[in-house]
Amino acid sequence: MEQLYKKEISLFKEKKDWFSFLALVGLIAVLPPFLSDRILTIFTMIGIAIVSVHGLNLLTGYCGQVSLGHVGFMAVGAYISAVLTSKSGLSFWIALPLAGLGAGVAGLIFGLPSLRIKGFYLIMSTVAAHFIVIWLVIQLHDITGGSDGLAVPKPKIGSLVFNTKAKYFYLVSFFAIISTIVAHNIARGRVGRAFIAIRDHEIAAEVMGINLWIYKLQAFFVGCVYAGVAGALLVHYFGFASVDQFPFIDSVWYLAMLIVGGMGSTFGAVVGAICLKLLDELVTIVGPILAKAFPAVAAQFAASLSLIVRGVIIAVFLIFEPRGLLHRWDLVKSYFRLWPFSTEETD
Amino acid sequence: MTFFLQLVVTGFALGMIYALVAIGFIIILKNSNAFNIAQGHFVMLGGYLGYTFLIVFGMPLWATILCTMAIAALGGIVIERIALRPLIGQPIISIIMMTIALSSIIEGLVTLIWGGEYKTYHGVLPTLTITVSKISIPSEPTIGLLVSATAVLILMLFYHYTKMGLAMRATAEDLQVVQSMGIKATTVYSLSWVIAFVVGVLGGILLGAISGVMTPLAEIGLKAFTVALLGGVNSIGGAIPAGIIIGILENLSAGYLDPLLPRGGLASVFPFIVMLIVLIFRPHGLFGLRKVERI
Repeated sequence: MEQLYKKEISLFKEKKDWFSFLALVGLIAVLPPFLSDRILTIFTMIGIAIVSVHGLNLLTGYCGQVSLGHVGFMAVGAYISAVLTSKSGLSFWIALPLAGLGAGVAGLIFGLPSLRIKGFYLIMSTVAAHFIVIWLVIQLHDITGGSDGLAVPKPKIGSLVFNTKAKYFYLVSFFAIISTIVAHNIARGRVGRAFIAIRDHEIAAEVMGINLWIYKLQAFFVGCVYAGVAGALLVHYFGFASVDQFPFIDSVWYLAMLIVGGMGSTFGAVVGAICLKLLDELVTIVGPILAKAFPAVAAQFAASLSLIVRGVIIAVFLIFEPRGLLHRWDLVKSYFRLWPFSTEETD
Repeated sequence: MTFFLQLVVTGFALGMIYALVAIGFIIILKNSNAFNIAQGHFVMLGGYLGYTFLIVFGMPLWATILCTMAIAALGGIVIERIALRPLIGQPIISIIMMTIALSSIIEGLVTLIWGGEYKTYHGVLPTLTITVSKISIPSEPTIGLLVSATAVLILMLFYHYTKMGLAMRATAEDLQVVQSMGIKATTVYSLSWVIAFVVGVLGGILLGAISGVMTPLAEIGLKAFTVALLGGVNSIGGAIPAGIIIGILENLSAGYLDPLLPRGGLASVFPFIVMLIVLIFRPHGLFGLRKVERI
């Protein structure tokens, strides 16, 4: 099949890509009035998770710098936006970019050691970042409200206030789509290629003329900008900011989204975010039913079930599907394209 | 001065337990180059198992320690066989994610079985307090200190003077060479997980007796990593001085700096700040080997 290179790397390769994109936008625009508040909440959370996980995907999936402090950087963005809108009365639309920028700068600071240290050392420095950020938030009680929390106004444009679930869902969908396009564009361009080269072999990348320092810091900056925006969206949705919204374990969960969806693939990240958020919801529905079946351990059942399910999902994917769901989907597609002449595994 | 010395003494004992937990890390690190986030959860599990055997079943201390260690050994073999063996040859991040998954599962199981409540068996170890010129030295942490030191000594001897220890060190160096020399790498991996788990639960029982056990105890694993890092991640002996340094620094910062801050709580982040400083200025730690990387 002959294809022009320009077409091969373009965002929308064929007409049907445009159609599916427009169909998705149409669906998002039409659906909310028919959905219950609970389902809209789930979708909004999925949207925020997508924004956040794109950042982690650029940093970890593409550039190979594993971060376990992602939620800490979300907290940075969240608190910058919360404080600016509630205390200084700034508009959400000015506070949000500043939140992204602030989180990005925090990412730069904690990304600085990434040139000297690698692998699990770097992971630990991001863990340190999380705990130091949360500690600082609690310390700056007068500004951030610390563990008491801080009321955050809802975003608005002119007279349109995003105060209902449906309206906020539109807002989050907008950001989710924009962030997906931007992430895809970063990944397919020069910067993305440099990230992949660094992930695959650092020294070889350096020999090829990729400035490790600049690109690694860029990865940290971009990844944390995403985290900051996602964090800001999260607290504005709840109308309330508190350190309890940013538990350490959620960083692990974002990494799990990448593993389930497929690391180093923009759409894999989206698939992972959707799957794991839905799984979470499933656990909250199934938990009480199972708790009734086993009354002896009913009290702690819900909390422990989600922990165990999360752990098992990560473990199962690591062992049986290390390249993620998206990869499996590609295999299935290529299997049926050649059917009935396909072989079992077409890797 | 008395206040200072008192803080140092308490920190010293705390640091020995950090060292014991850190050794679990180092054993896994030396063997599979991956670090075990679940180490803190091994400690937590050990603490709860100790509670079950001591208080619920009313067993004596020696039997409790034996039973818990036996369970831990079994658990180590099972974990290695089911979860980690399929990942041999995979990138390190896979192994780390697997230990994260394990930590999540262990925490879930502990919450399910013990409800994540605070349990303590204070008084199982003799509770004497020796006072030396106004500084009180409690006996429980002192026993913890002795147990930790003994465990470290045994492990060091094992690593340096037995054939298995040599095999373990060699596996860390080069998996393929080791396999062609006729050493069964899977046995080595298995054993390293057994040791890490056993050391972890031992620390858990000690902590359970000294200060009690609850689910957030698992965070000690993250703090102990600072210890491993400061001592040098491939040096078992380095864990002891590093543990003591971190323990004392943490206590001193809690004693002197916390009153200056409006909200306190510096002790909980202090190890992480030390960790960042070590990572930036001396990534191979005080006693570790500096690694030179080639293409």
